[in-house]
Amino acid sequence: MDWQIAGFLAVDGFTSGAIYALLALALVLVFSVTRIILVPLGELMVYAGVTLALLGHDRVPATGALLLAMGVACFALELWEARRGTTPRRLALAAVKFLALPLALLLITRWAAPRALPLPLDMALTTLLIVPMGPMLYRIVFQPMAEASTLVLLIVSVATHFALTGLGLVMFGPEGWSAAPLWDASFDLAGVPLSGQSLAIWASSLLLMLALYLFFSRTLPGKALRAVAVNRLGARLIGVGSAQAGRLTFTLATAIVTACGMLAAPLTALTYDGGFVIALKGFIGAIIGGLVGYPLAAAGALLVGLLEAFASFWASSYKEVIVFTLVLPVLLWRSLASHGRHHDDEEEE
Amino acid sequence: MAAVDRRVLFAFVALVLLLPLLPVPDYWISLLNYIGLSSLVALGLVLLTGIGGLTSFGQAAFVGIGAYSTAYLSTAWGLSPWLGLAVGLAITIVAALIIGAVTLSMSGHYLALATIAWALALYYLFGTLGFLGYHDGLSGIPALTLFGVSLGDARAMYGLIWALVLLALWAARNLLDSRPGRAMRALKRAGMAEAMGVNTVWLKMVMFVLAAVLACTAGWLYAHLQRTVSPSSFGLNYGIEYLFMAVIGGIGHVWGAVLGAGVFSLAKEFLRGQLPALLQLQVNIEMIVFGVLMVLLLQHARTGLWPLLARFFPVPPAAHAPAQAPALPRREKPKAGEPLLEVKGLRKEFGGLTAVDDIDFQLRAGEIVGLIGPNGAGKSTTFNMITGVQAATAGTVRYRGETISGLSARQIVRRGIGRTFQHVKLVPEMTALENVALGAHLRGDYRPQGGVLASMLRLNRAEEAKLLHEAAQQLHRVGLGDCLYQPAASLALGQQRLLEIARALCGDPALLLLDEPAAGLRYREKLELAELLRKLKAEGMSILIVEHDMDFVMNLTDRLVVMEFGRKIAEGSPAEVQRNPAVLEAYLGDAI
Amino acid sequence: MAAILQVRDLHVSYDKVEAVHGVELRVEAGSIVTVIGPNGAGKSTTLNAIMGTLPNTGAVRGELRYLGEDIAPLPVEQRVAAGMCLVPETRELFASMSVADNLVLGAYPRKRAGDRRYLDQLDVVYDLFPRLKERAGQAAGTLSGGERQMLALGRALMSKPKLLMLDEPSLGLAPLIVKEIFRIVSELRRTGVAILLIEQNARAALQVADYGYVLETGALVMQGPAAELAANPRVVETYLGLARNAGDR
Repeated sequence: MDWQIAGFLAVDGFTSGAIYALLALALVLVFSVTRIILVPLGELMVYAGVTLALLGHDRVPATGALLLAMGVACFALELWEARRGTTPRRLALAAVKFLALPLALLLITRWAAPRALPLPLDMALTTLLIVPMGPMLYRIVFQPMAEASTLVLLIVSVATHFALTGLGLVMFGPEGWSAAPLWDASFDLAGVPLSGQSLAIWASSLLLMLALYLFFSRTLPGKALRAVAVNRLGARLIGVGSAQAGRLTFTLATAIVTACGMLAAPLTALTYDGGFVIALKGFIGAIIGGLVGYPLAAAGALLVGLLEAFASFWASSYKEVIVFTLVLPVLLWRSLASHGRHHDDEEEE
Repeated sequence: MAAVDRRVLFAFVALVLLLPLLPVPDYWISLLNYIGLSSLVALGLVLLTGIGGLTSFGQAAFVGIGAYSTAYLSTAWGLSPWLGLAVGLAITIVAALIIGAVTLSMSGHYLALATIAWALALYYLFGTLGFLGYHDGLSGIPALTLFGVSLGDARAMYGLIWALVLLALWAARNLLDSRPGRAMRALKRAGMAEAMGVNTVWLKMVMFVLAAVLACTAGWLYAHLQRTVSPSSFGLNYGIEYLFMAVIGGIGHVWGAVLGAGVFSLAKEFLRGQLPALLQLQVNIEMIVFGVLMVLLLQHARTGLWPLLARFFPVPPAAHAPAQAPALPRREKPKAGEPLLEVKGLRKEFGGLTAVDDIDFQLRAGEIVGLIGPNGAGKSTTFNMITGVQAATAGTVRYRGETISGLSARQIVRRGIGRTFQHVKLVPEMTALENVALGAHLRGDYRPQGGVLASMLRLNRAEEAKLLHEAAQQLHRVGLGDCLYQPAASLALGQQRLLEIARALCGDPALLLLDEPAAGLRYREKLELAELLRKLKAEGMSILIVEHDMDFVMNLTDRLVVMEFGRKIAEGSPAEVQRNPAVLEAYLGDAI
Repeated sequence: MAAILQVRDLHVSYDKVEAVHGVELRVEAGSIVTVIGPNGAGKSTTLNAIMGTLPNTGAVRGELRYLGEDIAPLPVEQRVAAGMCLVPETRELFASMSVADNLVLGAYPRKRAGDRRYLDQLDVVYDLFPRLKERAGQAAGTLSGGERQMLALGRALMSKPKLLMLDEPSLGLAPLIVKEIFRIVSELRRTGVAILLIEQNARAALQVADYGYVLETGALVMQGPAAELAANPRVVETYLGLARNAGDR
């Protein structure tokens, strides 16, 4: 292998690694705050990517209708809970949030889709359509069972993944969709080709990570989420409720994967069931980070991307085997590192 | 087991086994075959996840090993499928031992994560290895023959599959109702189990291997049922589906595996086959409906379906104490007055904080000594160092002349020191009798951590009779003779504390360590507890009580050791201690 | 004077076991009320029932009124938003976060209520506990026992509570620090906050409090002005069991 090929593979690896890293961050974020391993983040990512692609092809994405349907379900839940007493103001607020806004977005989508709007507008519309699905999903599926065991939460998460994959098939059909690149340029870096899309992905990933870092280290809501992750009871005692933290976490995580989807859509054709494997690679990165540390998770995900790129050159058919087997030695290393100090006596009851 | 339940069970078994002789359509037989295979895998998960508290996503990979081993050996080499089973099991066991060794001693999610990685890696490996036929897999696998009869058609395989399922269910139930099985049921409270002499890491390993063996067997059956294998049947999604079945069936219950496999497979089949026709839809909504149904089910029945069903035919507890049984061997006890426990210069530092500061005291055989002091004085830390739960920073603990500081909780209980816990640690769903029998874990007929196979095959009846008889006697001894078959969770706190004492007594200890036995008890219950401890003392038992309820220890103990801020501030008879100004200060607090 | 907190006929049970039987309490604005009693008497359970932080198995029966309103159906967050604040025995700090972040988080309910000056208590807290200012950048998990208690108290004060509930603030602390903590508790009275103090350290608690209740095995056995209780020999007996033993002999 000469260094040109190495450079090419490195560019490739860092590009997919950056997307895995964002997914890993979203997974770690959700897990640390809510104890949910949110498998369906992969589907939400696909929804975002395909929605952008469809808007680019001047077609109406069905995600608008899905958003309204989810809103109706949320509103129904609110009504059901309101039977024990509520204020008209709360109900009105819920109606605006869950009915009026999704309906407005649906109408805007219908109007905007056939028109060839510039890419930034398509992206803004995609964001508005997909991001609210996160907190709505939390409201419908997870909020009623926030106290369940991690295992049950995981199984529910998988069930949600099934449902969303099925919805993906109904909405987008079996074929793959890809979008126009954000930046249609290409450069030559001492013989190594470098696409504008790769640069765009790196820049956006870095920006998003910086934004997340600032959010968690500088703002009170960010600190409150960290507080929930560190000490659930302590967080309740300062008035941070688990439902509120859950909604915020799901919103943030969905925003991250929406970005992932829009960044990945020009690279590869996204299919309704493709989100799972991509999310898995992010998840492997998160595992390497121990499901707790953000920088470690991001680094792990980059490693997954690089390994995947180089493995596809040396032993392309063993690419996936290598990527997924990588975790075992890492776990072994972590196990050896933590040996001797895991003896905290109080076990879970 | 009551007659009604025996009849229900018998009817079920008969129905299952006779089904293929009835004019049941092939479609249903074939569906039931797959349910049987899934039941085997899910049963492994009930043991591993429901009982042992360990989650595995990798069961489909073990199914794959079972299927590919026999497929390869029988097609490429023309070897007997039975040899294929043996090879598959060998590979499975070795793989499970390696994965287990890496992950089982760690707390948290490491096993679950490792199994995900392992499942994915193996799935892709199946698809890339040439001799396993790449993504197309292997076909032309021969049918099984059993006693010269070919099991070529689905009906014949049905018999074998369900016979194995029933056998596995029988063995699993036997196992759970045995000495090692009770230890497995206590695994979620690992600290308590270790204090009873259970090697929890080893038992987890055993359960992981058992679950893997069940999955591998299912894979072997699958290969000879389907006659062709390909990687797609062993992907991570199947590993997740098996877990799914166990959870919706009821992860804590052996029958939940069959119920879960049945409900899951039928629902999937119905949604795929009937629903589209019913709704006249062009699009495929099976996955959506399936996902939504599962979410709703778990939102409303978090413990799965079996507990809902089991309400209609309550099953009486399996473990019964016989009226007569040979006595368990007893250890030789120290003579009264002999030095039993010597604590010297015991010290514990956490970071810069000294929790226990050079504590010395002694206990002679036949004495009751109280270690008292206000909250946060370091009593519990001292207790934990004596029982091997925490390591001492410095100092020694000697028991009958032997240094025991530095030994693990498991080694300490083996030497004849029984203990109770400050926060009662029982297995809530086990009966009082079963909980107490756990205390005799080291007194069985088999090796302390062995006897698993014998228990599955029900060869352990003599051991069970002796252990359960002993447990019943200890329950009578502490005054819980009426509660033998009540679940521990249904007892009042006072009774639960007595239960813990009976459990400790069941280990035939020479020294009893009680950690705040009176905490949370009513006045009457305290009196009864004190009465019991006096009785035990009269029978020759030596007791160390950690307590901060002065009232309780005053008339009970021979001597008191008083601690404050990690130091010993007084020692002497209760009357002396009560008059000591330093003790008064410690208890009522310093005036400002 | 109006009661900040009024508890009537409070029963708490875990599974089938009742731990608190018919406790009645009243805390008035600007007063310090203490509940004393030996360990296992149900003091913490009572406090957790008032705050809504019992474990899932706990069931509460009885009347809980805060500022005249029934708070029994409210979740913890809403009780916090209404101005109730609990410093539990276990402190529940955010161990991996800095001291300053822990304090700022204490003001979360005020920020959420739209209070622009939600950090105005920071200087007050730093004045009260200069040690916390020195350690502002340090992780809370690295503090000593006394400093942790100060931080827990400081975090509670950041929310400017109307009712401050302290569970065993002296637990496990050296005598000098206990004095310091109690000095601060009695100083807080001047800010107008009502304090419900739970203590094993009965002498110190009765010295700072206006009114006291004595709890034994889940039931009230005595109550009265703190000074009277402090002089009552029965209180000493509750702790040391002197009278009962003398009777037995």
